[in-house]
Amino acid sequence: MTNTAPAIEVHGLTKRYGEREAVRGIDITVARGEVFGLLGPNGAGKTTTVEILEGYRARSGGEVSVLGHDPGSRSRALRQQIGIVLQSGGIYGHITPREALRHWAAFYPNPRDVEEVLALAGLQAQADARSRTLSGGQLRRLDFALALIGDPELIFLDEPTTGFDPAARHAAWETVRNLRALGKTILLTTHYLDEAQALADRVAIVKDGRILAAGPPRELGTHQPAHYCVTYRDGSGQSVELQTSDPTSLLNELTTAALARGERLHELSVARPTLEDVYLELTADA
Amino acid sequence: MPDALALTWNQYRLERRMFWRNPSAAFFNFLLPLLFLTGAGAILAGNQHQLNRLIPAIAAMSVMSTTFTALAYNIVFLRERGILKRIRGTPLPALSYFGALAANALTNTALQIGIVVLAGKLIFGIGWPRDWAGLIVFVLAGVISLAALGVAFAHAIPNFESTAAYVNAVFLPVVFISFYVFDSHSAPGFLRQIAEALPLKPLIDGLYGAFITGSGLGNQLDALAVIALWGVFGLYFAVRGFSWEQRGG
Repeated sequence: MTNTAPAIEVHGLTKRYGEREAVRGIDITVARGEVFGLLGPNGAGKTTTVEILEGYRARSGGEVSVLGHDPGSRSRALRQQIGIVLQSGGIYGHITPREALRHWAAFYPNPRDVEEVLALAGLQAQADARSRTLSGGQLRRLDFALALIGDPELIFLDEPTTGFDPAARHAAWETVRNLRALGKTILLTTHYLDEAQALADRVAIVKDGRILAAGPPRELGTHQPAHYCVTYRDGSGQSVELQTSDPTSLLNELTTAALARGERLHELSVARPTLEDVYLELTADA
Repeated sequence: MPDALALTWNQYRLERRMFWRNPSAAFFNFLLPLLFLTGAGAILAGNQHQLNRLIPAIAAMSVMSTTFTALAYNIVFLRERGILKRIRGTPLPALSYFGALAANALTNTALQIGIVVLAGKLIFGIGWPRDWAGLIVFVLAGVISLAALGVAFAHAIPNFESTAAYVNAVFLPVVFISFYVFDSHSAPGFLRQIAEALPLKPLIDGLYGAFITGSGLGNQLDALAVIALWGVFGLYFAVRGFSWEQRGG
């Protein structure tokens, strides 16, 4: 498959539930092989957006294309090419992970090897245990495994690590990075900033059904009013903190003045606005 | 579509395996009607006229419990646990999935009717059913109609914890009224009218004809029509109100 068309294209997407507008005009383009993160507080419209793309919900307006299909038509060809990790998806209590994967594999035209996926998800030790005896983290890994068994082109991860302990989160991140290395496209929602920063090539910050900012996590915020933060200790040992959008000229001023006084600026540092600063500034209630 | 058929068969086998692995489901589906049969049979032992009427009524109740009750439970469970939603995200065709669920229920019905037929012949002295064709037609009509009603009723049940209350609030009165009206000639007229309009009493009549009198399908068309009407009503609401996921979730 050497398709270069975007994996996901969304223009002017809206979704109304009665009076409430959950999504108010979202535009997203996700390239093939990209990890795209939708970041935002609870109730921002992330899950609604993703569930429209997955074909679970009908949209109220806008254009949506997923791997060249309209997910609203619920075509089987599309579902054969996507893998979904839901925020909370159940499984039969009396099925074992190996049985579940064998069974799910039969749904897809070109499934991956069951043992390989068990290994990828780190479920070899629990492969023959009834799912009702698995821990929350192990069940989440089974969610991953079931989403990957069909060898999908595009994987949706809806808050994949919520409730994980730090070790389990890093293991899940490793899995996502491995998938990215295989050239898979991933759309991820999260309300963890570090997760978006660690995994996503690009993120969009969503609030109240709108995208407030979008771009690579490192660049996000450089166009924003959020300021660079310059801190140092002056000659009397007093700590000083200054905000600027133009650190070059501020530093020039400060250092020139200090040298003229024969002083040193101790512990001088310039901090770029982090994703967290941008996120907090954008999502703060005005 | 051989692929969809293969997927239905595959799903059916999974549903069977999961059914037998859940001891409480297996218990309620098989042991409970058997206990009913044994207990009632012991009380009525020697009263052949009463046994002749009881066995077909228990057969009809078995149809209702393996379809209406079992599917209402199943659908609510699958919906509230998020299994339906997960299935919906896969390429498994919805028809294959529901075909397998229906075939699973039909298998349980067939097993129970088999048990009742065998017990009727070997223990209760009612002999083999007089009219096998009538038996098959009424069981199938009952399965389709009551299965559809079970799925439709699942839409009214808000969460898994309240399923037993909802299902029993329908199952027990319907069984009680239908058994009473079927058994008693002195039942009040309004009760008789209600029972005749519900699907279970006509099913008992049809099975009574098939098991005992051999009256033939031609004399049972009224009963069949009532069951079919409930079936149409059930199918309409089973499809129309269907929800793949928890409400408010």
